[in-house]
Amino acid sequence: MSRPRSFAAERFDYGSFLFTGLTAAATFLILAILAVILGHILLHGWESLSWRFITAGTEKDMFDVHKTGVFPMIIGTAARVILMSIFVVPVGVITAIYLTEYARASSIATRIIRGAVNNLAGVPSIVFGLFGLGFFINFVGQNMDAVLRPDSPDPLWGKPAILWASLTLAVMTLPVMIVATEESLRAIPQGLREGSLALGATKLQTILRVVLPQALPGIMTGAILAISRAAGEVAPILFTGAAYYMAQLPTSLTDQFMDLGYHVFVLSTQSPNIEQTRPILYATVVVLLLLTFALNVVAILIRARIRAKMRAVS
Amino acid sequence: MTSNTNPMRRSVGWLGLKRGHQAHPVEWLAEKAIFLISLSAILMVFLIFVFVAREAWPVLRGQANSSLVRPVIPVEQMDQLSPQKLQDYLGLTPKQYALMDQETMKSLMEVKIEASKEVPDDKDARLNTVSWRYLARPYQWTGYDHPVSIWQPVSPVPKFNIIPLIIGSLKATLVALVFGVPLALGAAVYVSQLAAPRYREWLKPGIELLAGIPSVVLGFFALIVLASFFQGLFGYQSRLNAFVAGIALGLAIIPVVFSIAEDALTSVPRSYTQAALALGASRWQAAWQVVLPAALPGVFAAAVLGFGRAVGETMVVLMASGNASIVSWSLWDSTRTVTATIAAELAETVFGGNHYRILFLIGTLLFVVTFLSNWAGDVIVHRLKKRLEGKI
Repeated sequence: MSRPRSFAAERFDYGSFLFTGLTAAATFLILAILAVILGHILLHGWESLSWRFITAGTEKDMFDVHKTGVFPMIIGTAARVILMSIFVVPVGVITAIYLTEYARASSIATRIIRGAVNNLAGVPSIVFGLFGLGFFINFVGQNMDAVLRPDSPDPLWGKPAILWASLTLAVMTLPVMIVATEESLRAIPQGLREGSLALGATKLQTILRVVLPQALPGIMTGAILAISRAAGEVAPILFTGAAYYMAQLPTSLTDQFMDLGYHVFVLSTQSPNIEQTRPILYATVVVLLLLTFALNVVAILIRARIRAKMRAVS
Repeated sequence: MTSNTNPMRRSVGWLGLKRGHQAHPVEWLAEKAIFLISLSAILMVFLIFVFVAREAWPVLRGQANSSLVRPVIPVEQMDQLSPQKLQDYLGLTPKQYALMDQETMKSLMEVKIEASKEVPDDKDARLNTVSWRYLARPYQWTGYDHPVSIWQPVSPVPKFNIIPLIIGSLKATLVALVFGVPLALGAAVYVSQLAAPRYREWLKPGIELLAGIPSVVLGFFALIVLASFFQGLFGYQSRLNAFVAGIALGLAIIPVVFSIAEDALTSVPRSYTQAALALGASRWQAAWQVVLPAALPGVFAAAVLGFGRAVGETMVVLMASGNASIVSWSLWDSTRTVTATIAAELAETVFGGNHYRILFLIGTLLFVVTFLSNWAGDVIVHRLKKRLEGKI
């Protein structure tokens, strides 16, 4: 029989030290890499960032360091994400309402919907680009042309446009919206719903007047996360609406647009002289990061508060 | 009617919809509408598959033919052809055909005859390079002394062998997984098991911030900074290669792998850890020997989903991998992945042409591969959650 182990460790516990040390090192290495990337970009981009750069339009020669600006790209990116949220927010919220308020966890419909949402979240962004081209432009757009303008030979709808880019992005960000809304709906105490029902409200009234107002911060988080994700995506809009250069800002749904993320790609791969255009490249990246990253930070802060609230409830 | 008399039936709804005590018509309609709209996620996954595969359909069915040597019909025989045959011969859509007059079509036929004279005179020109034989297996082209796999879509005889692209994708993904998964898992274990709660509140959102960096920015960082840094460090030849792209790709998958693994580890009931600690285990013993084995399927699923994300990532590899489609297993060689090929080439293809369809074909393959890996990861996580809740 071996002697019973004593509770207090007499020796220095090397295993514990090593294991804790390694996992902590991994954690802080990731955070350090994040800090290095952000620091490097901000440090190099800050000096070439100016008010003129943000508000100036772009000349035909967009690689001219002293004349070019990113105003059209900011407008294009903002327009496409706003348009996208008009499509994705209602559908995402309604799906989340179904999943939390109506569906039974075990029903087949719920399980298939959940599976589809998870799968949609993992579809590669370039496949969304192909889908946007194959479905929205080649199928929906061309059929709209055939029905609405049968006499005109050149396509109006059946070509890349800001509308199709936004719809493609809406499909891509649907899971983000659904998951965030669902999380905030689940954080609402069941007692609130029961109280409302006990007072004679119907289920729909309960959802519209009690549940949804409570879930508003979560819905906002979802929308912000979806916008921040979509604002930085380039692959889905490559074939569905982004333009290399446009003289005017987009004015209608069927116009193409210039885009910040795509512009970063263009500046870093097509520039005739990368050393010379480096300042505007860094400045453009800073603008893009300010747009997407700042939104993301806001969303994460709201989400952390919701999670804390949820822990308090359960 | 019967539902009012039978109290049991009232609570059992149609497809999971529970009708309330007073099923007002508006309520009923709203419920049905909400249910229908919530099906849109399913519809979208279905539409993505159908419409991406639709563009690749002729190649999938073997109907497309890229052979440059075709039977030519003399202009005089134009009147003997049926409209349908003529339309197919000239490669026109019905709309274009309807708008064309006889003269234009005659000149088109002459163009065809002229073009047939310029076809290179070798055996390769007769091959249908979009058939599966040439897409997936090496072939000895004229001028080569052994069978090779070549992706060369813009050349006199277009060659669409997808092997170099698949090898490119696998190389970059492998580097990303080897670099990203251990880091993400280590961080997940630390954050969920070992860190003090008050640090945890900051560490988790901190790592999740990495997901907020757009992939085009990661690609930019790899292209401008990482590539030069690693070249100085290792001194390899081509500045952009599978290794640089893989490291940047690893950064892109870390937040995904971390979130899922952390979630799986956290969902292991607290009582497991408490029991282990009560038996005299140290914190790391509890984490390593109790919590990690319990959450192992979830950790595995995190790696699987990380694989799906890495294979599908586009902008990082497009910018940082160098994009040379060569068959090589060396990490220091410039490489071209499936996703980067689609992104770089689709804009320059002829709509409806062979190259266009092949790009949609590899897009379909990509969709199928990521669909399967997502589905597998999803099933594993689902089972794990059920088991930990004690339902199996």
